[in-house]
Amino acid sequence: MAPVPSSTSSAVTLNINGEKHQLTVDHRTTLLDALRERLDLTGTKKGCDQGQCGACTVLVDGRRAVSCLNLAVAAEGREITTIEGMAEGDRLHPVQQAFLDLDGYQCGYCTPGQICSAIAVIEEHAAGWPSAATEDVRPEAGPPPLTPDEIRERMSGNLCRCGAYVSIVQAVTRAAEAHEAAARDDDRADRHENTEETAA
Amino acid sequence: MTTATTGRAALKGVVGTPHTRVEGRDKVTGAARYAGEIPFADLAHGWLVLSTVARGRIRAIDTEPVLALPGVLAVLHHGNAPRVDTDYIGLLGMPPDPTAAVFQQDRVHHVGWPVALVVAETPEQAREAAEALVVAYDEEPHDTALTTGHPGAHPAGGVMPGETAKGDLEAGLAASAVVVDEEYTTPEEHHSMMEPHAATARWDGGRLEVVDSNQGTTWIQGELASMFSLDASAVRVRSEHIGGGFGSKGLRAHQVAAVMAATELQRPVRVVMTRRQMFSLAGYRSPTLQRVRLGADADGRLLALEHRSLNQTSTVHEFVEPSAGVARVMYDADAHHTANEVAPLDVPSPTFMRAPGEAPGSFAIESALDELAERAGIDPIALRLRNEPEVGPVSGLPFSSRNLDACFREGARRFGWAERDPRPGRRREGRWLLGTGTAAASFHAGAGPSTAVVTAQADGGFTVRIAAADIGTGARTALTLVAADALEVAPDRVRVRIGDSDFGPAMIAGGSMGTRSWAWAIRLAARELRERLALGTTIPPEGITVRSDTTEALGTLAQKERHSFGAQFAEVAVDTATGEVRVRRMLGIFAAGRIVNPLTARNQLVGGMVWGISMALHEEAVRDRTSGALYAPDLAGYHVATNADVGDIQADWVEDPDPDDPVGIKGVGEIGIVGAAAAVANAVWHATGVRHRSLPIRPDRVLSASVPAAGGDPHA
Repeated sequence: MAPVPSSTSSAVTLNINGEKHQLTVDHRTTLLDALRERLDLTGTKKGCDQGQCGACTVLVDGRRAVSCLNLAVAAEGREITTIEGMAEGDRLHPVQQAFLDLDGYQCGYCTPGQICSAIAVIEEHAAGWPSAATEDVRPEAGPPPLTPDEIRERMSGNLCRCGAYVSIVQAVTRAAEAHEAAARDDDRADRHENTEETAA
Repeated sequence: MTTATTGRAALKGVVGTPHTRVEGRDKVTGAARYAGEIPFADLAHGWLVLSTVARGRIRAIDTEPVLALPGVLAVLHHGNAPRVDTDYIGLLGMPPDPTAAVFQQDRVHHVGWPVALVVAETPEQAREAAEALVVAYDEEPHDTALTTGHPGAHPAGGVMPGETAKGDLEAGLAASAVVVDEEYTTPEEHHSMMEPHAATARWDGGRLEVVDSNQGTTWIQGELASMFSLDASAVRVRSEHIGGGFGSKGLRAHQVAAVMAATELQRPVRVVMTRRQMFSLAGYRSPTLQRVRLGADADGRLLALEHRSLNQTSTVHEFVEPSAGVARVMYDADAHHTANEVAPLDVPSPTFMRAPGEAPGSFAIESALDELAERAGIDPIALRLRNEPEVGPVSGLPFSSRNLDACFREGARRFGWAERDPRPGRRREGRWLLGTGTAAASFHAGAGPSTAVVTAQADGGFTVRIAAADIGTGARTALTLVAADALEVAPDRVRVRIGDSDFGPAMIAGGSMGTRSWAWAIRLAARELRERLALGTTIPPEGITVRSDTTEALGTLAQKERHSFGAQFAEVAVDTATGEVRVRRMLGIFAAGRIVNPLTARNQLVGGMVWGISMALHEEAVRDRTSGALYAPDLAGYHVATNADVGDIQADWVEDPDPDDPVGIKGVGEIGIVGAAAAVANAVWHATGVRHRSLPIRPDRVLSASVPAAGGDPHA
């Protein structure tokens, strides 16, 4: 039964996967429960409800966040991306495809969180963010190679009790390589364009 | 209407070739719905209230203030809940754990005993009301500490005889040139699957429907029917996607509470356990106190073997963790004694957890074997191969197949075992000491009676219906491959539907027996259907359906020792400054029957090995003797291996088709954890020269063990 606005609930507009949702939520409702119980977006999973397992990971303004530790009322005005927003129509996101092809899961319950996390890890790494596994953390050192140890460290906020870590690391590696290759192509295309402009 | 076109000639079998999961797309897009995610109109939410005392009686439950809170619909407790029947034997041959038969008594048997269910319109309201409910107790003194020689300890059977004995143990030890006599302990461990237990119950036209997360829908159907005195046909249990089970997802308090509330309120009610509630309601692996005595001649041939194991159980349900059973399969000696003992305490009921018995038992006996090899100056692999039994050491029955030798030889070759200096503490890399270790593994291979329904459709497709459960094993995909081969069609023409008790009785996902049991039934039905279609039969619009039941076929199987085997290898680095142990690489080579889907089977085996690392280094639930409760029962307080804890782990297998299984399957769900913790512990000894006989091998244990003499714990 949906609450009506009162001293204990408020009307909010949530921007999820590019779509605006208007709803009235109990102030105690977490972003996770709003997604699962109110918006029928059950791809985001509840593993512990206290920020310890990573199963509820979503992207908030492009950065990973555990939705169980965010209140729905505080998510207004943010761009929220859940697992349901990762594929483009029938075309899976490269990270989703890599998890599927390389069996980067077993029971699948941690998988949406792992995939959201992995998508952000690849972006964080490309942006030059270091991790505890990074040898040289000076800004001028640039992004470290995305080695298995780097991926293991960066993905350790997402528990997988089935123990599919080995294939998760393989999947993230494959997706990151594809991402880098695509970035190089874009870069080359840009440079090509610039050269043409100069020539003109 | 079409005629079947299955083209016998062109098709090569798909069993044995890698296939991505048939439900994979649903899992990576978030479309796969788990038990707590199926929408129901007019759904109410239940929240369990658990006891805060370890032993005593409920004096009063103050329901009035809670019933006045917004949205609250009901408070169920022992004073008003429907009565249920617990006097029955379930599918597993055991009476139900009374912890699941909620609200039947005013007694409290452990911290976390279910005392009430609060039902409200929203989860927030239910939670607030549950937390506000005041329960008064008359407390009694409790005992939650498992100790050697506990007065309540007694030999106990369960899935196997409690004790076995042959030969004169003391004489055998006295005649031995080398003797090991040590105690090994493993702590309380929790399944901690990622998806919490969740069930929604509702009455639908006189029929009880339960959407649940469990390891066997007909198993839970039978339990609920018995408990609520219903005909089994009046209960339907569905469980399509299961976020991990590992032995914990059977009949539990949440389903029974949901059924009671749905009955009282006559509307759908969902009950989901919180992560913290799981630590007292979902079962766990009991701590074990084990003693192993081995005696061997100078060549390492075993003359005497004793393995005794003590575990705890609750005061309401006896569960035996049969750790001493390992030696009944693995090693023989003229004097051979094994015993499993159990002591009832004021603690929650333990239960099956991935490789019950084998996981802790193999840690003890495979560590002891390593100690024997060290003392006898024999290579640990040579020692094991020298003690390979011809027949079952206790049963005297022949082995259906025993390819342990092949596992060790292939594993040793790939791991580089021959280059190993057997002396401990010889390899150093900066502040790290390096070492390698090995251990053997075995797990029972069996099958349980199952029924399957296979339909040839007029559109040329085939549908298989079986009450199987895919708890992450890849069973749905493996069964698709088995069905495709039996029907002689491509897998994309076969749709396997599972997780619905309406499909008929079937084995549970447990004991590594699920896929084998279900594959047998599917193959039986599919072959018969194939034969009918071969006659050129025209398929009518309703299709042609064949049903199978494997009960009779399984009954004709000869008595044999039937097991999977494996060889585990680990390389560890031990930080001498912090005491941290890192597993750098691990290799497991298994003889585990025919591998149906190498992609998912490898993942299963590696997952088991990851559990072994986790067991060796991280997992430990610690109980406070004063309160009887666990310290920090959540995923921050209870450590399971994270991604960063897992290095280069490889699993592979040798040819080992089961000679008596129609597909050659043995099962791969549990063998991966067996021996894995011992291989890590043996590697830690090799790195440091210190034996760790108590798990987990925590940094403080490593550090205190390396402090010479002065109050050091020799069993650290």
